[in-house]
Amino acid sequence: MDQVVSADHPRGLEKKRHRAGWGKRLAPYLLSLPAGLWLLLLFVVPLGVMMIQSLETCSPATGLCVMTWHWGELPSQVSLYRQQFVSSLEFGAAATVIDLVISFPIAYWIAFYGGRRKNFFLIMLLVPFFVSFVIRTIVWEFILSNNGVVLSFLRHQHLVPAGFHVLGTSYAVIAGLAYNYLPFTALPLYVAIERIDRRVLDAAYDLYANRRAAFLRVILPLTIPGIFAAFLLTFIPAFGDYLNQEILGGTSNTMIGTVIQNSFLVNFDYAGGASLSVVLLAISLLGIWLYARLLGSQAIEEYL
Amino acid sequence: MTLQSVADEGVSAPQQPKSRRRHRLGKFVLPTYSWLVIAYLVFPIAIMIFYSFNRVLTGLQLVSFTWNGFTTEWYSQWSNVPGLTSAFWLSIRLALVATLIATVLGTLLALALVRYRSNKFRGKVAVEQVLFLNIAAPEIVMGASLLGLFVTFNVARGFLTLVLAHVMFCIAYVTVTVRARLSGFDRSLEEAAYDLGARPFTTFRLVTLPLIMPGVLAGALMAFALSIDDFVTSNFISGSNVPFPVWVYGATRVGIPPQVFVFGTAIFAVGIGFAVLSIFLSRRQSK
Repeated sequence: MDQVVSADHPRGLEKKRHRAGWGKRLAPYLLSLPAGLWLLLLFVVPLGVMMIQSLETCSPATGLCVMTWHWGELPSQVSLYRQQFVSSLEFGAAATVIDLVISFPIAYWIAFYGGRRKNFFLIMLLVPFFVSFVIRTIVWEFILSNNGVVLSFLRHQHLVPAGFHVLGTSYAVIAGLAYNYLPFTALPLYVAIERIDRRVLDAAYDLYANRRAAFLRVILPLTIPGIFAAFLLTFIPAFGDYLNQEILGGTSNTMIGTVIQNSFLVNFDYAGGASLSVVLLAISLLGIWLYARLLGSQAIEEYL
Repeated sequence: MTLQSVADEGVSAPQQPKSRRRHRLGKFVLPTYSWLVIAYLVFPIAIMIFYSFNRVLTGLQLVSFTWNGFTTEWYSQWSNVPGLTSAFWLSIRLALVATLIATVLGTLLALALVRYRSNKFRGKVAVEQVLFLNIAAPEIVMGASLLGLFVTFNVARGFLTLVLAHVMFCIAYVTVTVRARLSGFDRSLEEAAYDLGARPFTTFRLVTLPLIMPGVLAGALMAFALSIDDFVTSNFISGSNVPFPVWVYGATRVGIPPQVFVFGTAIFAVGIGFAVLSIFLSRRQSK
C-alpha cells in the first residue's frame, strides 16, 4: 500500500506497484465486505430460513418444528386468513390513496412556492416522525375515543348522534395508517415535483395551455414515477402494519400483520407465521417488481 | 379533490391574466390548504404535549382522557416508572451503538458502490438489489424472519440481537444517503493528495472524509432516528429487556403512565432541535 517509494529501488517499486494493483483490485470487495456480510447473514439468510420454515410442521405445544416439506401450508394459511389479507389490502390501499390526495397539493406548493422556507416546510411534513410511532398511534386512540377531543366536541355541537363512535371501526384504522405514513407519501411526491424543469411548464403556457392542461399534460405525467414510488413506499408498510389495527381497530378488522405477530409471539406457530410472511413478502415484491419493470430499479431509490 | 378545484379555477376564469390567476393560487388557496395539512400533522403532537401536563386524580397513575388541571408533576417525576426509564436508556444505548456500526459499514459500502463499476466490482448489482429489497421489504417480514433465525440457531434474545437487527435495517439507508452525496464528489482532489505523496489512509482521513462528512452525518442521523423509533422488528426479537417503543406498546394493555408523554415530548424537542439546527447550518453554509 506504500505509495512513497525512493527512486533508487526500482525492483521494490515494481513489487509495490504490483501490490498496490492487488489492493486496488480488492478494494471494492474489502469496502463492501462488512456491510455485505451483515446483510447476508441477517437479512438474506433469515428470509431463506423463513421460506424453509414455511414448509415445516410445528407442534403448537412445544414450539418445535420439523421439516415435512408441507407445501400445502401456504395455500391453506392463505385461504384460512383470506379475510385478513383482503382487509389489509383494503386498509393499506385506502390509507395510501388518502395520503396521495392529501399530500399532492402541499408537495406541489412547497416545491413551487416554498422559496427560502422550503426546508422549514419539509420538516413540518416530517414532524410526525419526531414522535415515536407507538406514541403517535396511542395519541390517535386518545383523539378518536368517545370522550376524546374531537368526538365530545362534535357530540356537544349535535353534529353526530350520541351513540356515534370511531374507535374500533375500520375507519379508525385507516385514519391511523394515513396519519402515520403520510410523510412516506409526501416526500417522494415533493422530490418528483421539485425535479420538474420550470421551463417545460413555461413552454406549455407559451403554447397556450391553460392551467388544467398544464397540470394534466405536463406536471402529472412528469410526476408519475414519484406517485408510483410514493404509493409503494406508503402501501407496503401500511399493508404489513399491525399496530394501528391493534390499538385503533379493537378486536375486529384484523389485519394480516396481527395474525403474523400472533403466530410468532402468541401461538408459537412458526410454520404458519412463516407461510403468511412469505405471502406478504411476495405481494410486496410483486409491486416492487412491477415498478422496476416499468420505471427501472434505480428509480425508487431516488425518492427515499 | 382539491386538485380538481385548483384546476377548475384556472379554466373558469379565462379572462384574467395568467400571472394573476397563478398568483392567487400560490398566495391563497394552496398556502391555506398546506397550513391546514401542517395543523393536522402537528395536532396529535400538540395533544401529546398538552396531556403530559395533565393532573391524574386516581390512585393508579395512568393518563386519562379528561383534563384534570395543569401540573408539572410528571416532569419532575420523569424517572418514577422504573421499567419505562430503563427501556428508554436501553433505546438510547441501542441507537448509539447501531448508528455507529451502521454508519461505518454503510459509508464503506457506499464508497465501493460509487467508485467501482460492475466490471471491477463483481456482485455490485446483487448488492444493490439486496439494498433495494432491504428498504422495500415490509418490516414485519424482516422482524419475523429474524425471530425465526434466532430461534432456529438458538440465539438468546437480548441487547446483542437487537444491535444485530438494528444495524441490519439501518445500513441500507446510510448507504443510500451517503451515496447520494458522493455522486458529486470531485476525485481530482484525492489525486492531488496522492500526487503530493499522501498515503491512501491519510488521503481518506484528510481529504475524502471531510468532504463526505455532511452525507455521513445525514446518514447517521437517519440511522439514529430509525433505530430509536423502531417498534416492529424490536417487538419480535427483544428478550426480557425491551426498548422504549416496545415497552410503551406493552403498557397500552394496562394503561399508560403520564411519563410516557414526558419522554415523547423530550424526544420530540430534541429531534426538532436537531432539525432546526441543521436548517440553520445549511443556511449559513449557503450564504
